[in-house]
Amino acid sequence: MSTTTIPAGTKWWSGGKSPFNISYGKVMMWYFLMSDAFTFGAFLISYGTIRFSVNHWADPNHVFNAFPFAGHANLPLAFVSLMTFILIFSSVTMVLAVHEGHQMNRKGVEKYMLLTIIGGLAFLGCQAWEWTHLITGTHDVLVNGKLEQWGTTVTKNPWGPEVLHNGQMVATPGPIAFGGYFFGITGFHGFHVFSGVVINIVMYIKTKLGHFDQRGHYEMIEKAGLYWHFVDLVWVFVFLCFYLV
Amino acid sequence: MSAQHFDNPEVTFQPDHSGGTGKIWKIFWVLSILTIIELAMGYFLYAKGNDIGYITVLSTKGAIALLTLAKAYYIVSVFMHLGDEIRNFIMTITVPLILFVWFIIAFLADGNSWKNLRNTDGGSRPSVIEQSAPKGHH
Repeated sequence: MSTTTIPAGTKWWSGGKSPFNISYGKVMMWYFLMSDAFTFGAFLISYGTIRFSVNHWADPNHVFNAFPFAGHANLPLAFVSLMTFILIFSSVTMVLAVHEGHQMNRKGVEKYMLLTIIGGLAFLGCQAWEWTHLITGTHDVLVNGKLEQWGTTVTKNPWGPEVLHNGQMVATPGPIAFGGYFFGITGFHGFHVFSGVVINIVMYIKTKLGHFDQRGHYEMIEKAGLYWHFVDLVWVFVFLCFYLV
Repeated sequence: MSAQHFDNPEVTFQPDHSGGTGKIWKIFWVLSILTIIELAMGYFLYAKGNDIGYITVLSTKGAIALLTLAKAYYIVSVFMHLGDEIRNFIMTITVPLILFVWFIIAFLADGNSWKNLRNTDGGSRPSVIEQSAPKGHH
């Protein structure tokens, strides 16, 4: 880890030095991430507003209860926990890459960047499976007195309130906002993960080519790291809003 | 290996990077344990959802949200090293985020009001939650 020793009584605003003691590139990455935080915040708050405004919302433990190769076993929270731990772990390997960069250890940076890229790809694979499962997995829905088979899409929500039909409890169509918000927000996050993986691959190649050794510092790895940690940070809130509550 | 040194006029006081990775792994365990506690609470809501009162459900969800904020604090402060920056810079990032306090309260209250207006036809009748079809008939 790093610490900065600042002499007491330093006059930051007297001119002649940056009042933030941080490079321009890192400042701009932070401000970009802050604006991105407002974008994601607005999406999630909009989702919360719609969810508060309707009498019935899909129960996440009911919707997200599947696991690859587990058939129809009822495993609420299991798969999304796996995705969460994959992303936390790839965040750790990213911060270790930044640490190796501080020590100017090229081999260490290469190793941890590679692990971070693998973590990102694993997360994207999980998301692809989850989306496929939701879109193609159909459920009985009572539509105008007739049973239909619906998957979960941006126009169809088979997770509405249940009613009695021919002696059995059957779901009715739920608010279509469910699919729109779920696929919209996890998709926007997934696209951030994808961009992060691309950025990390570029950084990995530049490390391998020795560009950062020539430059004398690994600050690009720090900037890519800020973006990657932000992706993990957003997932923490997506996990809260869509799966836990 | 020599530590990196770069002549950047924007960085007046160079940070000392000689520390080890102990803190990184400690925060990894903190994040994992907080996530496991969140999952245990989420599972509690799933298993007991119909047997516990509205207040218990709401306070459990509130506690999960607080744990999420704690995770966010550790990610930003340690993994993104914002905690190692100087106070001037920390403030330019954190102060604008206070806008979220208003943002969340105002919009969730608006959603709730929207629901109440619909259920009462704009306040003209007592609240009736519409069911798709009365239970017990077919």
